[in-house]
Amino acid sequence: MATGQDASTLDRRAFLKVSALVGGGMALSLTMPGMARGADSDEVVELTDFVTIDHAGLITIAAKNPEIGQGVKTSLPMLIAEELDCAWDQVNVVQADFDPSRYERQRAGGSLAIRFEWLPMRQAGAAARQMLVAAAAETSGLPASELSTASGFVRHSASGRKWSYGELASAAARQPAPDLAKVELKDPKDFGIVGKPTVGVDSARVLRGEALFGIDTRMPGMLHAVLETAPAHGGKLKSADTSAAKAARGVVAVLKLDGIGGPDAMTDCVAVIATNHWYAEQARKLLTLEWDLGAAKGHSLDAYAKEAARLHDADKGAELRRDGDAPARLAEAAKVVRARYSYPFIAHATLEPQNCTALYKDGALEMWAPTQTPDRGVGMIEKLLGIPADRQTVHITRIGGGFGRRLFADFMVQAAALAKAMPGKPVQLLWNRAEDIKRDFYRPGGWHSFAAGLDDDGKLIAFTDHFSTFGSEGKPHHSASMQPIHFPAGLVEDLLYTMDVIDTVIPMGPLRAPGSNALAHAFQGFLDEVAEAAGKDLPTLMLELCAEDRVIGEDTNAWGTGWAFKTARARGVIEKVLKDSGWAKRGSGDGRGMGFGFYFSHQGYFAEVADVSVEGEDVKVHKLWVAADVGSHIVNPMGAEAQVTGAIVDGLAQAMGQRISFTDGVIEQENFDTFPLGRISATPEISVSWVKTDNPPSGLGEPALPPVVPALTNAIYAAGGKRIRDLPIQSWT
Amino acid sequence: MLEEDEFMLVVNGEERLIKASADMPLLWALRQEVGLSGVKFGCGAGLCGACTVHLDGSPVRSCVLPLGSVGSSEVTTLEGIQDDPLAERLFDAWLEIDVMQCGYCQAGQIMSAHALLKDNPTPSNEEIDMAMEGNICRCGTYPRIREAIRIASEEEEA
Repeated sequence: MATGQDASTLDRRAFLKVSALVGGGMALSLTMPGMARGADSDEVVELTDFVTIDHAGLITIAAKNPEIGQGVKTSLPMLIAEELDCAWDQVNVVQADFDPSRYERQRAGGSLAIRFEWLPMRQAGAAARQMLVAAAAETSGLPASELSTASGFVRHSASGRKWSYGELASAAARQPAPDLAKVELKDPKDFGIVGKPTVGVDSARVLRGEALFGIDTRMPGMLHAVLETAPAHGGKLKSADTSAAKAARGVVAVLKLDGIGGPDAMTDCVAVIATNHWYAEQARKLLTLEWDLGAAKGHSLDAYAKEAARLHDADKGAELRRDGDAPARLAEAAKVVRARYSYPFIAHATLEPQNCTALYKDGALEMWAPTQTPDRGVGMIEKLLGIPADRQTVHITRIGGGFGRRLFADFMVQAAALAKAMPGKPVQLLWNRAEDIKRDFYRPGGWHSFAAGLDDDGKLIAFTDHFSTFGSEGKPHHSASMQPIHFPAGLVEDLLYTMDVIDTVIPMGPLRAPGSNALAHAFQGFLDEVAEAAGKDLPTLMLELCAEDRVIGEDTNAWGTGWAFKTARARGVIEKVLKDSGWAKRGSGDGRGMGFGFYFSHQGYFAEVADVSVEGEDVKVHKLWVAADVGSHIVNPMGAEAQVTGAIVDGLAQAMGQRISFTDGVIEQENFDTFPLGRISATPEISVSWVKTDNPPSGLGEPALPPVVPALTNAIYAAGGKRIRDLPIQSWT
Repeated sequence: MLEEDEFMLVVNGEERLIKASADMPLLWALRQEVGLSGVKFGCGAGLCGACTVHLDGSPVRSCVLPLGSVGSSEVTTLEGIQDDPLAERLFDAWLEIDVMQCGYCQAGQIMSAHALLKDNPTPSNEEIDMAMEGNICRCGTYPRIREAIRIASEEEEA
């Protein structure tokens, strides 16, 4: 186990197990600060699954979800601490291991943490508080109704008596667990932690260089593995000569592994296992492998583009939504605007490459995994490798970026397979950057042919979109689909959406605001053209479309990610960003201009304005204004603003230069020279305004990203540049 | 007398005998032979800056620096600047506005920022951008990186 690895856990049984595993010499690194205070670990009292208190009053709160930089290791414990009614500086936060029996959903994805946990985390804190109050009542003989709490004390105001949570901990732990649905919650006006800018709980540790991330996991005798996989997606291993690699310096084993369960688990590969990652990488180059790459023959980006063009010329997609008779209304419209838009495949490129550390011993598997979905890894390993879920332990490490890539658990399955082949030896699997980019699950590309009809007054009366996307057997992949209810559906009387699906072998997956990050560009870009043709600007057109208070769509669905779009909330952020940016007084000409974009995703309403200069091919973004409505409360304003500004930087980089291309299934980008990420010099000043409305708080990891893409492209056009219909803006090869 | 594959590195002020091949990048020697985690692997090609360390005080990309070429130069990682007054100013500024999101690139960011302020205690915005351009932050914390460097440099002025 690690030097300083954050595998400390509230589960004392697990703690003892891990301590025993690594031996007494390493136990200190696993000890929670709370435990370090008292020599006797019995002084640490586990009150609930989430709250542990030591007799000195230090409160340890479990953070249940994976931390990928979205701030949940801070924001979710803040919700607990708020209702527990302690001081934040009394709190020590530890990452919970994967344990659905205690923590239920433990995922990072869909901007769902705040939306799903706003109430349950508060209830968890309130339950622990109620147990402390009951303990004080029991100890003092006073009725609980006369007791109150504040800053880690239970108080009896009539007598002036008070008891610290630390001294009540043991008695509190003996109280029956309260019914969560009935615990008393604070009036939000009394919040003292929620809403206060709060520094991330790991920030100081990161600055000390502590071993927090998956890649930092260290154990005595740990081996380092790399995997050589097929150069093209869908490839099968025909033959392997591993003799030279086996003889190379530092190499411990070379293993040929058959693919199991597809690209989201493990494809055919050869693993090189060595004493140092570098030796494994060097020996990998000595492998002589023969691959059957037939499955990906013809799967090239150019071929897909030609197919999409053919499909759009034929104009016969399957119907996704039909309201009225849009083709007939187009034929009689005073003015018709038509345009084709496209966007490319892109990669996640988390800065910490995919990795996982695993130890298989006596039929049990222990993993240190930077994963957004530990449950998925455990389930796949059970199914594909036959290790029962109850024989698997997953320590969720801090994660060097997720963006949806780590919703896939392929690296967990692979590390487990390696560990199973090397029983008793801890094995760390680490992908290099080229593999990380070439073995991704990409944001799918797509093409849209739009038409819009305007009447004599410039009113939008008809709208059509023919969408070409990717999937298999006529069904779009879940990250390549479009909701029939996509804006402006329901707000234009005559509307037709059609879709066709191109079969692909290229793996696809959700990438930060999946679907939305691509559709925002196409729809808001085209609507900017429609507004221009109508003699107005895009925000004016949007406000007209949203003029009436309407709710479009259902509030819930199976995923809990319902798509109820409320026009009033859209108007709120649009009006705010226009005011903030001085839109009405914006200048034009001289190569400078402002562009607008709006998008609704993950229950967040975002309106954004970009101020840019264009000189030849060069684009300079000066400033970005964001107005956001994510409900009634911002849990941690410091983290929340960071999510928004980060999404802006991400979206600008995507739009400017990111593109994954491929020929016969071979991905053509390998590193940050050809797949460029945002850099500091391209980063504008960013201003963020919150429009608080009486709606349940929702998440911020994703919804700020989509509208920045059209805000940028529309600004480039306003500045006298090209109308950008095809992304990326600058072509990289 | 050192063998052909033995190297006496000076890491954070201490001599460390490393037995490894001469072409092993300094990054992997620091992470896996010395056992330091304040130096990160991002790209392996000198393109992202996550592996930035100081070599005799100057920032270098340890992922493309072969062990055999380090010689007697002093290697300093994030762990080695913890008590340095300039680093402390940077840490304070970094925490004051909580720069990091996932945090993975931040060791490299700090090492580059430290090298910048050591040579140029009050950099302009353009100088900050120029010095930090080689350090990718995938989370996009750049506005706060700029701000934190400004805070740390203003404390220098004050």
